[in-house]
Amino acid sequence: MTVTDERPATKEVGSRRTRKEDQRLITGRTRWTDNIQLPGMLHLAMVRSPFAHAKVLSVDTAAAKGAPGVMGVFTGADLAETQGANINAWPITADQVTPTHLPVVVDHVACAGEIVAVVAARSAAAARDAAELVDVDYEELPAVLDMKEALTDAVLAHPDLGTNKSAFWTLDSAEAGTGADVDEAIAKAREDGIVIEREYRQQRLIPAFMEPRSTVVDPTGEQIVIWSATQVPHILRFCIAATTGIPESKIRVIAPDVGGGFGGKLQTTPEEFATLAVARKLGKPVKYTETRSESLLSGHHGRDQWQRLTLSAEKDGTVTGFKVELLADLGAYVAIVGGGVPVLGAWMFNSIYKFPAYRFTVQTILTNKPWVDAYRGAGRPEATFGIERMMDELAAEVGVDPLAIREKNWITHEEFPFTTVAGMTYDSGNYEAATARATELFDYDGMRAEQRRRRESGDPVQLGIGVSTFTEMCGLAPSRILGQLNYGAGGWEHASIRMLATGKVEVITGTSPHGQGHETAWSQIVADRLGIPFEDVEVLHGDTQIAPRGLDTYGSRSLVVGGEAVVRAADKVIEKAKPVAAHLLEADVADIEFTDGTFGVRGTDKGIGIADLALAAFAAHNWPDGLEPSLDAEATFDPDNFSFPHGTHLCAMEVDTETGATRMRKYVCVDDVGVIVNPLIVEGQVHGGLVQGIAQALWEGAEFDDNGTLVTGSFVDYTLPTAADTISFVTDHTTSPSTTNTLGTKGVGEAGTIASTPAVVNAIVDALRPRGIHDVEMPCTPERVWRAIRSAGADSAGAAPSAAQPHFDESEGDVQ
Amino acid sequence: MAYLKTLARQQGWHDDLKHPTEESQMTRITVTVDDVSYTDEVEPRTLLVHYLREQLGKTGTVVGCDTSNCGACTVHLDGVSVKSCNVLAVQADGSTVTTIEGLATDGRLHPVQEAFHECHALQCGYCTPGMIMQSIDLLRDNPDPTEQEIREGLEGNLCRCTGYHNIVKAVQYAAAGGAK
Ligand code: FES
Ligand code: FES
Repeated sequence: MTVTDERPATKEVGSRRTRKEDQRLITGRTRWTDNIQLPGMLHLAMVRSPFAHAKVLSVDTAAAKGAPGVMGVFTGADLAETQGANINAWPITADQVTPTHLPVVVDHVACAGEIVAVVAARSAAAARDAAELVDVDYEELPAVLDMKEALTDAVLAHPDLGTNKSAFWTLDSAEAGTGADVDEAIAKAREDGIVIEREYRQQRLIPAFMEPRSTVVDPTGEQIVIWSATQVPHILRFCIAATTGIPESKIRVIAPDVGGGFGGKLQTTPEEFATLAVARKLGKPVKYTETRSESLLSGHHGRDQWQRLTLSAEKDGTVTGFKVELLADLGAYVAIVGGGVPVLGAWMFNSIYKFPAYRFTVQTILTNKPWVDAYRGAGRPEATFGIERMMDELAAEVGVDPLAIREKNWITHEEFPFTTVAGMTYDSGNYEAATARATELFDYDGMRAEQRRRRESGDPVQLGIGVSTFTEMCGLAPSRILGQLNYGAGGWEHASIRMLATGKVEVITGTSPHGQGHETAWSQIVADRLGIPFEDVEVLHGDTQIAPRGLDTYGSRSLVVGGEAVVRAADKVIEKAKPVAAHLLEADVADIEFTDGTFGVRGTDKGIGIADLALAAFAAHNWPDGLEPSLDAEATFDPDNFSFPHGTHLCAMEVDTETGATRMRKYVCVDDVGVIVNPLIVEGQVHGGLVQGIAQALWEGAEFDDNGTLVTGSFVDYTLPTAADTISFVTDHTTSPSTTNTLGTKGVGEAGTIASTPAVVNAIVDALRPRGIHDVEMPCTPERVWRAIRSAGADSAGAAPSAAQPHFDESEGDVQ
Repeated sequence: MAYLKTLARQQGWHDDLKHPTEESQMTRITVTVDDVSYTDEVEPRTLLVHYLREQLGKTGTVVGCDTSNCGACTVHLDGVSVKSCNVLAVQADGSTVTTIEGLATDGRLHPVQEAFHECHALQCGYCTPGMIMQSIDLLRDNPDPTEQEIREGLEGNLCRCTGYHNIVKAVQYAAAGGAK
């Protein structure tokens, strides 16, 4: 036996490995779902409702059925027995009102874009041509589109339910015993302190992943094979089995190359179910690929809240209480996470601060708009926006720098682990360190000096500086907590490791990456753990037949939960190998040490490499009695706690006070995401996240007309930022290792998006605050900024007219 | 029904399919794609991107929108970048097309492909074929672009993953001659 150590000199974890995934993607050797062609495959087109709310009186499919190349046209009634349903996995209260969500409607349309009939034809072109020939007779019903109007129940989104109110959910620190009574704190502050009351709008966004959703279903084998552009192949398989009656063991779901998701593919879609139903009816492989316009209209949307916030503080700026009252538009149905999205914000509105009293409530509402669900950050960007805007308002009221007010209230690094007023225990963090580094990189004092100069000289282009110190809860999620919250699944993750005879290693993960680089990062982790070359590790994922157990990729969970499962599986391989090494080296197992890929005998130079042991397992000629000839291992990891990345983001915006145009001058962020496996990948996640959050602040918003038609239904109107709209960022990191997993990682997928939105809006408001302006509604378009400036003199409350909704009873006290 | 059709058209659901197919005449075209010459019958309404993907199996080039906004479908037509969803296949008759699949020669990556890998300028990779083709075109016009020129040159290509930061860096890296 030879002693082999092929491990590279540098440790893999922490190194800037370029990605394994890239080779195929940069050469066009890709497997997007829409690339898949199967013999005899048919193509689908959807007939969609143009009305936001209607009864379907009749569907005449005769002309379409007679069109060239058409193999079938199916209405909701035709598919009713087999199509299954799109379920909500998280009823947030026991009495949540949850309309049944059928993939293809039978007689009631609750939002524009719902599928009324499905055409199957030889080609996509023939299917779409024939779809135009389907004649649907609708009886239009009054639609409720505005969530505040929906609250009155004057017009019902689903008349049979009798109400638009889906659920009311509360987290109260006094009731939970995690803090004091918030109303008392506010009442006291009205006497002798400060009360800030604001209402903020979180506009509706569209995830707008670049790869349109596509599904291929092949029903011709013993198992039905479903390829889909999804983030959640395992969840999709479960939901199909649970609602169609097809045995789970007869379903194989594959997520091949998936072109982005951002929560937008964390869903089981009507299109997936409709494609499955038609494939089963026809017994042929079937493909459906949406157009971009269909994607924007009929994929789920994100955010969409009104936030009514009340912050109480002592005169010196010490916060004494925070009350959060949310209205959240669910759209026409309660989607898979549904009301759980705003609820995820409940533990985040208190953010990095030591608030003594807190109450969070959310009323979820049904309207006749497309359904709303997870979009990058899911509940946590909304919360971070609310609190970070409020902290700036408080700083202005007290008359101190926004960083000073935060420092006064944040948890100091000596205080970790810290149990918050919302009942979460933050394991680690260092807000001082991240902030110190960010202010240094930003030249905070220099920027403030420039701001003063411009103010004093009356420069038409004013400078604003925006601060956002955020934290988030990642690593979804401890199954026990999910159970307490009535979520329909667990939050564990699974991994297995197969030691191949030739020394190569297969790592099977239950996560389902779609751009995050798990193949590279997991290879780095396993290379270090097993002491093998990075190149020898192959990471397999996204196919329920290959990776039978998993809960997929979302909520910045993959590394924190899935990566830990990989670590534990690797450790089991080592433990399994030790007695075998002892046997082959004729040593006592207690003397076996594993370092850098080699099992050695303590105090000797004898050793055997892990690849040699894998070969020995393959041959099994000489194996210890009573042990199975295999080194393979698997692990399921269920975290005890969430992880809590944090960071300090600083943004400088130039605001042209004559035109309302804004320009980003500088953006610095210092994130603490725990131990970093691959800095290159982490930076990429931060950059991409930042731009999505900045886009919410400046450009994006789903807009509807009075009939409930989405007017931002193409990339002409739904304005994603381009390279020319954005700047290069300054990113850096501080590291407080998480204590909840072996590697000390915290998760990074959502950080940039969560932090950046309030940083940008705070900067714009900061530029305009001397004019008495304290809010600009998002997206802060030049028009809105300009209107805010124009109206500032007239409106002493200082908000732009579009932002200032009259909502607080003036008699409640001072409105700042 | 009329309303539905109007809406469908407005929404672009049927943009690439202006007319029913019944009697569509086929047109013969000859195109060189990635160094191979093809002669095919196509419908006059067939878009170049669909011809590439569906008739030639050149699935490296992808479709991201129906309004010519995203640039995911960008290829080179006679050496100049075009959005292949914005060109009819018949318009490419007699032309030479290079797609992402034809860039690497003799197993060696094009320097811009290499730069995208080195600079981590892709995540999901869906925009990448178009981004790379557009970046090559940009550098041919302007071998030494400023950051702003790069940003403006890529304005017609959307990426939802990277925030463009590393894409800009990759173009700079390629312009500087890569690792040297
Ligand atoms: S698919 Fe051609 S520009 Fe979007
Ligand atoms: S890498 Fe995903 S869209 Fe650009």
